[in-house]
Amino acid sequence: MTFSFEIPLLILLILTAGGAILVKDLVPAVFILGSYSFFLALVWAWIGAPDVAFVEAVVGAGLATVFFLLTLFETAPKDTRLHRPPPPWAALLGLPLLGFLLLYAASDLPKFGDPASPASVHISPVYLENSMHDTLTPNVVTSVLMDYRAFDTLIETVVIFTAGIACVLLLRRNQA
Amino acid sequence: MLELIEAWLHRPNFIAFVILFLWGFYIMVTHHNLVKKLIGLYIVQTSVIFFLVAISAKTGATVPILLSGTGPVQAATYTNPLPHVLTLTAIVVQIATLGVSLALVAAIYRKYGTLDEDEILKRLE
Repeated sequence: MTFSFEIPLLILLILTAGGAILVKDLVPAVFILGSYSFFLALVWAWIGAPDVAFVEAVVGAGLATVFFLLTLFETAPKDTRLHRPPPPWAALLGLPLLGFLLLYAASDLPKFGDPASPASVHISPVYLENSMHDTLTPNVVTSVLMDYRAFDTLIETVVIFTAGIACVLLLRRNQA
Repeated sequence: MLELIEAWLHRPNFIAFVILFLWGFYIMVTHHNLVKKLIGLYIVQTSVIFFLVAISAKTGATVPILLSGTGPVQAATYTNPLPHVLTLTAIVVQIATLGVSLALVAAIYRKYGTLDEDEILKRLE
């Protein structure tokens, strides 16, 4: 696998994110955000993460767009403010400083696609080598998610349940 | 300086992460429309997940699905599966927080009739 397709996809990613932010009308902005999620899923499929790409395409591009659209149908679909006050100076000063620090630290990270990066040599080979013997599952992501870390996934459903209860409580019509 | 630029060229995913993260964060801080703020929040969350998944990439490796059921596994020929698993959980939690915050926005609109932050603050007084 080569990473030559990476750069155009990353440029498309940044363009669609910028479009979602700069468009004044909120419904087109939400649709552009959905296309941003799809490009993200493409990038992930390209760098070898098909499971994450599927989840992003279904949950990010599908479900998040539907959530945003439902909210906009309930509320005002336009960004009414035409004249904006200037942004606070703390944001103008702090965020470039943060970006400078992040970019300055870039040389300490492992290179993109480095097989000997610390994340790839510590514990992950153990899962890759023992997955078939322990769980009889060829898909290592599934075996880690559903077998080695099954409690994590179980508690995650509790998080979803809590979020659903919170949404229902917030959106009840007949509250005082 | 030249070394720093060369370091950036080897990490295009990190540059994209920094741009998306800062842009989304800036929108969260400066915009006055609540839905626009949530779009910024969504971009920040996905950019962090993008950074984590990009760590798992290995040159010359394939997807983490074992090709044969028997025999020893060469770990270097498969991408690192652990960031994938952790980000799957993170994506689901992200959509849960997004749903709750959008429900909050809808409830605020029902009570105050606007999505503009300053208008809401004015009507609170």
